[in-house]
This record gives sequence, C-alpha cells and structure tokens, in this order.
Amino acid sequence: MAREWETVIGLEIHAQLATRSKIFSGSATAYGGSPNVQANLVDLGYPGVLPVLNREAVRMAVKFGLAIGATVARRSVFARKNYFYPDLPKGYQISQYELPVVASGAVEILLDDGARKSVGVTRAHLEEDAGKSLHEGLGRMSGIDLNRAGTPLLEIVSEPDMRSAREAIAYMKKIHTLVRYLEICDGNMQEGSFRCDANVSVRPKGARDYGTRCEIKNLNSFRFVERAINHEVARQVELIEGGGKVVQETRLYDPGRDETRSMRSKEEANDYRYFPDPDLLPLSLDDAFIEDVRQGLPELPDAKAARFAKEHGLSDYDAGVLTASRELANYYEEAARASGGKWKRTANVVAGEVLGRLNRDGLDIQDARITPILLAGLVARVEDETISISSVKPVFEWMWDHGADADAAIAAKDRRQIKDTGAIEKAIAEVMAANPRQLADYRAGKDKLFGFFVGQVMKATAGKANPAQVNELLKRMLAGP
Amino acid sequence: MSLHASTAAEIGRGLRAKKYSSVEVAKHFLGRIERANPGLNAFVTVTAERALADARRADERIARGHGGPLTGVPLAHKDIFCTAGILTSCGSRMLSNFVAPYDATVVERLDAAGMVLLGKTNMDEFAMGSSNETSYYGPVKNPWDTGKVPGGSSGGSAAAVASRIAPVATGTDTGGSIRQPGALTGLTGFKPTYGRVSRYGMIAFASSLDQAGVLAQSAEDAALVLGAMAGFDARDSTSVDAPVPDYAKGLERPVKGLRIGIIREFFGEGLDAGTGAAVRAAIDAFRKEGATVTELSLPNLPLSVPTYYVVAPAECSSNLSRYDGVRFGHRCKDPKDLLDLYRRSRGEGFGAEVKRRIMTGTYVLSAGYYDAYYLKAQKVRSLINADFRRAFGQVDVLMGPTAPTPAFAIGAKTDDPILMYLNDIYTIGANLAGLPAVSVPCGLVDGLPVGLQVIGPHFSEERLLATAHAWQCATDWHRRVPAAYA
Amino acid sequence: MISVKFFPLFPPGALVTLTRRDVENIAHLARLEITEAELPVYVSSLSSILAFVEQLSGAATDDVVPMAHPLEGQVQRLREDAVTESDRRESYQRNAPAVEAGLYLVPKVIE
Repeated sequence: MAREWETVIGLEIHAQLATRSKIFSGSATAYGGSPNVQANLVDLGYPGVLPVLNREAVRMAVKFGLAIGATVARRSVFARKNYFYPDLPKGYQISQYELPVVASGAVEILLDDGARKSVGVTRAHLEEDAGKSLHEGLGRMSGIDLNRAGTPLLEIVSEPDMRSAREAIAYMKKIHTLVRYLEICDGNMQEGSFRCDANVSVRPKGARDYGTRCEIKNLNSFRFVERAINHEVARQVELIEGGGKVVQETRLYDPGRDETRSMRSKEEANDYRYFPDPDLLPLSLDDAFIEDVRQGLPELPDAKAARFAKEHGLSDYDAGVLTASRELANYYEEAARASGGKWKRTANVVAGEVLGRLNRDGLDIQDARITPILLAGLVARVEDETISISSVKPVFEWMWDHGADADAAIAAKDRRQIKDTGAIEKAIAEVMAANPRQLADYRAGKDKLFGFFVGQVMKATAGKANPAQVNELLKRMLAGP
Repeated sequence: MSLHASTAAEIGRGLRAKKYSSVEVAKHFLGRIERANPGLNAFVTVTAERALADARRADERIARGHGGPLTGVPLAHKDIFCTAGILTSCGSRMLSNFVAPYDATVVERLDAAGMVLLGKTNMDEFAMGSSNETSYYGPVKNPWDTGKVPGGSSGGSAAAVASRIAPVATGTDTGGSIRQPGALTGLTGFKPTYGRVSRYGMIAFASSLDQAGVLAQSAEDAALVLGAMAGFDARDSTSVDAPVPDYAKGLERPVKGLRIGIIREFFGEGLDAGTGAAVRAAIDAFRKEGATVTELSLPNLPLSVPTYYVVAPAECSSNLSRYDGVRFGHRCKDPKDLLDLYRRSRGEGFGAEVKRRIMTGTYVLSAGYYDAYYLKAQKVRSLINADFRRAFGQVDVLMGPTAPTPAFAIGAKTDDPILMYLNDIYTIGANLAGLPAVSVPCGLVDGLPVGLQVIGPHFSEERLLATAHAWQCATDWHRRVPAAYA
Repeated sequence: MISVKFFPLFPPGALVTLTRRDVENIAHLARLEITEAELPVYVSSLSSILAFVEQLSGAATDDVVPMAHPLEGQVQRLREDAVTESDRRESYQRNAPAVEAGLYLVPKVIE
C-alpha cells in the first residue's frame, strides 16, 4: 500500500550583489573578463593582505532585510568558513555564521490557485564568492580563474516552508523579482548572479519530524529547479518505499539526463571550523544608517501590485503580471497615465501585445520598440473608437516593426473603424442576402445564429465595422420589415 | 665615534651635519654584514644594490635640505614584511621562492622616511618560535655567545642590531617576539598597542595578536622609527584611526611621580635568580628616582600561555591555509591529484613547529571542541584583559622581567615544545590584551643580557618610551656591545 | 615577596591523549602530509600541548564575554564602492608555479 508523502523544501539562494567593486577589495566585479585580470592581491589571498568591507554591499543587504520585513542586526560578525578547494584562494571563505546582518523575515507568494502563502526567510547574510574552475582543454589539469573570487553575495535562506516544486518556484521567482526591484542584483541566472540550492526531504503525511534531506546544488534556471526537485522527491520516495534510507548528501542536477547525482568531491562531511574573522571588526549599524537605506527603498512589488489592483481596478493576476519587474510596471504606468488613465485597456495591451512580442523576439522590456507614449496613442485610438478591438493586434505589430505612431499604422493598414451607418447597413444587407437559410432559421427562432451573422459582417468588413453599431443594426435588420 | 657604535638617531644627526654621506654609511654596514653574517646567520637576504640606491637617493634629499631624522639611516626588515621585488621568505621553505609583488605599509613608510634597506633578517618560521631555531635558513646565533640563541621569532633582527651590523631593525611581536629577543641580546625591543601600526603586508601568523615594532639600540631610536611606522592605514580594518604623537619629543618626561606596579605572579617559580635580581634592582632604581612601586596581583595572568596556545594556533591554522602550492610558494613535484598537491606541498613547505601549531589550531576549532577550547580561551582572554584594566586603574605602568632566563644554548629546548613555549610567560599577556610594552636592557648575568619589561595601557607609547629613555639616561646597559662586534 | 607557583595554576583534568587516528584526521583536515615515522612524534607532542592547555577548563568563565579583538568598542570601517585596481595579472603570475592561458593549474577535479 503506497503511503501518502509530504514534500518539504527549503531554498538557499545566493544573489550576487550588484556593487562596482568586490566585497573586501577594490577589484571590479564586471562579468566576463579574461581569466584573472580582475583578481588583485587581496582576492588572490597573497601573504600579508587584509579585507576591507564595501559599504554598498552592506547597504544592499540592509535593503533586502527591510524589504522582507526582517530585523536588521545592529551588530553582526564576519566568520571564516574553512575548507580547501582550488577556487577558494585563502582556504577559507569570509561569511557570516552566528550573527548574520539580516535575521528572520518573510515573503508572500501567490500559488497557482490564487491563494497566498507566507514563506519564512530564516536569515540573509553577506559573504564572498569563490572563483571558477575550468575543466576543458587542459589535459589532466583544471584551470582556476579567480575573477569572481571576492564578489559580494547575499545568501538568503528560507524556512523549510515549501511543500511542492511549484511553491518553490513561486518563492524563487518572488525573491528574484524582489532583488531586481531593489536593484541589488541583476538576477542573471545564466551568468551565475542568481543561484539556487534546494534542500529536499520527504516525510509521511501528518508526521511531525522532518525526513533526512539532500541538498541539490547550483540550479540555474526556474525550470531546472522544478525538475530537479520533482526528480529528487521521486527518488527519495522510491528509495524509502523500497526499504532503503535517504543518506544526507549533496547532489548535483544533471539537466541532460534529468537526474540528480551524488557529488563525489563534497562527499565527506565538512567540518568548517567557523570562528569570527580576526581581520574584521564587528559590523555595527546605527539607526541613521538603516533609516537612510529605508528612505531609498522603491515601491516594492507587492505594494505596487496592490496599488494597481485597488486604484486601477486590475485583477490580482494582471497586477502580478505587470509588476514582475520594475521596468515593466513603470512602462505600463507611464503608458496608462499618458492615455489619460485608461488602466485596464492599457494593461490588456501591455500584457497581451507588448509582452507577447517581447517573448517572441526574446527581448526585455527595456528593448521595447514602442515607447510608453506611443503605446498610449494606440490605447487612445481604441478608446475613441477610431479602431476596433480586433484591429489592435495588426496595428500594434505595424507600430512595433516600423517604430511608428498609431495613426501612421492605422493608415498604412487601413484599419479605420467603419462607423458609417449606411456602409454597415449595406454590408448587413449583403450578408443577409448571401445567407437566406440562416436568415430564415434565425427568424424562425434560432437566436444563436445572431453570432454567425455578427461574424459574417465582421468578415465582410475585414473586422473594421464598429461592433456596437453592428449589433444594433443587425438586430433591427434581422428582425425583418 | 665609529658608525657602528652610533645609534640610528646619532647617524641621522651626523648625516644632516654632513659628517659623512649615506653611501658611506651604507657601505660601512654592508661591509660589516659581509664579515659577520656567516657567523651569525642574521640575514636571509642582503640587498646591497638596493641599499646603495636608497643611500644615493637619501644623499640627494639631504643635499636639498629635505632630510628628516631617519633619512639615510640604514635599516633591516624582518623577513615577514613584504618587500616588492625582493625575496620575502618568512623563514620558511614554503616561501623560499616568493618574491613579493608589493611593499608592506611598514616598508613603504620607512622607505618614505628615507631609510636605507640593508636586507631581510632571519626569523623563526612564520614567526612561530622563541629562539629562532625553526627557520628554514638555519638558526641565528646570539652575538653575545654564538652557542646561544638570540631569542625569537625576531632573532635575526635582534642579532643584527646587537652586533651592530645594522643600526636598527623591524620586528613583529605576537607572543613576545620582539621583546624576548630584545632582552636576550641587550636591545630596546618595542611592541606598540594593537592597531597602532598597520598589518598590511606583514605576513599573518595570529591576526588578533600580531603587531609590528622595533629592535633598537635606544628608546630614542625606537621613538623615531615607531613614529615613522605608526598610523592609520585604510587597507587594514584593524588599524586604529588616531593621530600619532611626536614620540621623540615626548622622551624627556620626568619619572618622578610615576606609579609603577609590579606583577606578583611574575616573580614566582620559573624566574632565573640572576634575572630576577637584575630586574628588581632596576625597579628599585626607579623608586629612588621618585617613582612609587606597588605590588599587584593579576590572578588570571598565569593562564596567559595556555590561552595563547589555543588562540594563536587557531588563527594561524586558518591564516596558513592559503599556502597550497597553487598561486605562489612551494609546490611539490608531479602532484598526482589535488589532495596530493595540497598534502605534499604543505608537508614539504612547512617545518615541524608550524605543522604542530596548524594541527593544534585545527583541533581546537573543530566540531565538538570549539566551545571547550577556542571559546573558552577567548573568555579567559577577557579575564586577563580585565586584570590589566584593573591594574592600570591603580598604576601608570607595570614592570617585571621580559624573559625567565638569559639566552639558553642552541638545541637546549628544541625537544620539548612546552618548555620552549614557557619562554614567553611574561610577554604573552600584553599581546592578549593588545597592550604596548617594551624591554630595555637592565644588566648582565654571566655575561648575557637581561631585560626589564615595562607594560602600559593602550596607546601609552609615549610614557613607555619616556620611562625607557629615563632609564637609559641613568644607565649604560643599552650601550654595551659584545666584544667581538665592538 | 611571596613566591607563587606560576604553573600549573589548575591541575590538568583528564590527561588528553590523542590517538593515531585523531592525528591522521586532523592532518587530513589541515591537508598536511605526515609520514609514518613522524606520526608518533606528532601524537606525542600534540597530546602534551592539549594536556597543557587543559588548565583553561578550571577557569571560572560563566557570563564572561569572549574577547575576539583587543580593540574593544571598535567597529568595522566601511569602504567606498569604487574600483581601484587595474590588471596586474602578469606581475602577480610571475610567482605562480603552474599557469596556462592566464589560469592557475591544478590536477583535475572531477565533480
């Protein structure tokens, strides 16, 4: 008999902070340089060098803490995490252990069924990133590039509050959106600026204790996170149901094979021998510092979405879509204001046409080929009935392809709405004449055929007839003399 | 007066009075080094060309009237300070091929003051030792008796200045490594307050204890060099941002009214009789000059050595992890895999004492032992610090012996690490509390120097230097030179 | 002056003796190669060092705050977020034992 299993997931997210220089040295953090050109003596762990803390990294950590409603520690301590690995030049990573800069907070996620759930964030702390190892093309050697060593990271640890891969994705996306809103991280997963490790365990439904968990490392896309978690859950359940026990270990997700593998090099339980770093003094943050950061906080996604829903009358879902990034939200809002407050219409066009086109072309909102002002022009032409709804898409596409305004597109595509009563009556008459059987059936009582006639009239007018007028005139004319 | 009988201050004055040129002075000392070093092993690297270049630059500065008190004065740096373009070995095989790509802040500042670099001095490996017997480059000999140790870890600097083959030298002090060799070789060994001098470029042993300082012939020399070395450095987070007084100006402060405390726990078992007598006599001399002397108990001080031998190894076990054969330093031949690279490079590169301390440190930080050892030791450290604070509420300075015995024979204590560690029983306390302290020569016992240690509260360098200076105005122990080097 | 025994202040507790296994584990954590011949020497010296520091266990330290830094009351200074370094790779890699195409070489690590 198969038991019912409950999945327990916690996520550890490493967000690279978007500072200009590294957390403990003045080296550049820019991505993609030639190997080791952005690694100075401090990053290389040379004899005699010492770390000095980057103020902006601290501000960014505090920003995050305030945004998730967490306590910002007035006093926090940097600790050394000791282990040997070639991409860790000092043989220890400077991190925070017992006293992190941000203590517990929470974020709210929107589930698939529209319900809301609060996911706890246990802590967030500052630490330095390690370098990179390259294993190809060097024979029996690996090559170490330390450009990345010393880049500031904010490690965000969630409570084990998630109960499915979908919830985990929702949480991860929420954090991803949040760090980009706060402009503390560019969220670029391909470049490794936003990395996720998942702690996954299962337990019988109703059990109070947690099962043994496995850590799945370096998941660099939302899709991989979901697949890896689902695979891991299945693996653990099968293992336990087959009489085995889950071994606490670190596993790597292989997207090619869609499976997780035990990581050989991290097999042994590491004793990190944490102790406070004697080269750094305790980080002390006063009220003035924290208040200054608070003043600089932007309107956060939840607040913005709530405002769109309340003040603009958008649905929660639409508000959520439009606040996925600050840039998108700003685009929408600018266009809607320029259109004279036509919130819903603008939302529809942005969500429907703009996002659709960006997706197709593989672009971000910053690369939009139509400015918010031009988009507002399109909205205005719908509102003033110059064009009908069904003309929006072709007009929009023309505007986008030519970088043009709505009027130019409407003229070029000949999409002006037909509002002349005479012309519409003429079209209706032609349609009635062309479909005598349906006319007879309609007059005999088949009301459903009204939609058929509407469709035929629209087809005959290439979708340009004003729908309200078509409805009114069709009703009158179909009714008969 | 011959140059090598002159203090650094005297040489500086002589240079500005155009009695001789910096180049002449440099050549004089380089010649002495060439003759004496084989017998002392004080230097790992002699930088003759650099010295002459520095000297020529100094002469130009003096000619333009821009010379300061140290311009053109020769100096030796302990081989723990990174010197750009020059081998910086830290007394270890691990760095025996390491040419530093940058200058330590201490090196930059003394260079800016116009000092002339004679070379890099021998030291206990990674500053771990009290006799300069753990160096990869072989033991250093005490100029007072070449069968005896000069003390450590700054043994090379001490031997160089004691034999007057260099007028002054830098050192570092983590558990007594400036003061103890100073005592064993008849020098003024000064360790400033923790944070007074930048640690940037000073190869780390135990980060919360290490401090740079001076092995000098006199308090005046120490004042001049310290004044040039000290001060805030933005590259060192533990560097204190406080103004540096003109130490040389403050030397003439009178001793009358000075409140001296003697530490009861320092005069018990373990202190050699002759040393104890010389130190007590010195303290008595102060009393006769108008100082008051009070006996105080610092009851936690006897735990200094065990505290130190938990904290220092813990910090060093982590500080020395960077030596892995990957980016610099010794690398074993033909490593078969990563583990082999690490184990053999480090096994070959480090000597026994360093390995012992790394392993001790690894143990006391490891899971299950952290609370009982490391955390406990840091708590006892607080107790020791509190003892000192209470004492300085009653007295201005504390006095006592620097080392328990005069210099001992080379090889006499190398079999027993604990026996060796006990050489630091009087010096370690000041490191744990971050206090400034100085050792000044106060006698000879069987022909070997003995030191008086003076410890002050944080940032009391001026008072310590003045106290040492007053002593040196009234006595001439600091002017004694072993006959072979006079 | 009263003569006071300086050592040991507290008699050592249970004598700490490490086993070979202990020392092998520590040496592995510290990535130090210890030969067969050296092992017993280290077992002995490390055991005596640990026995020596056992004295600390007798000290009364309840409610005592551990002292991580001699600079009480000092806090970490913050640095402006500015790039101050330029490419000095060539100079720094002069000291490197094994470099290719700007990368530091180590025996291959299989993950």
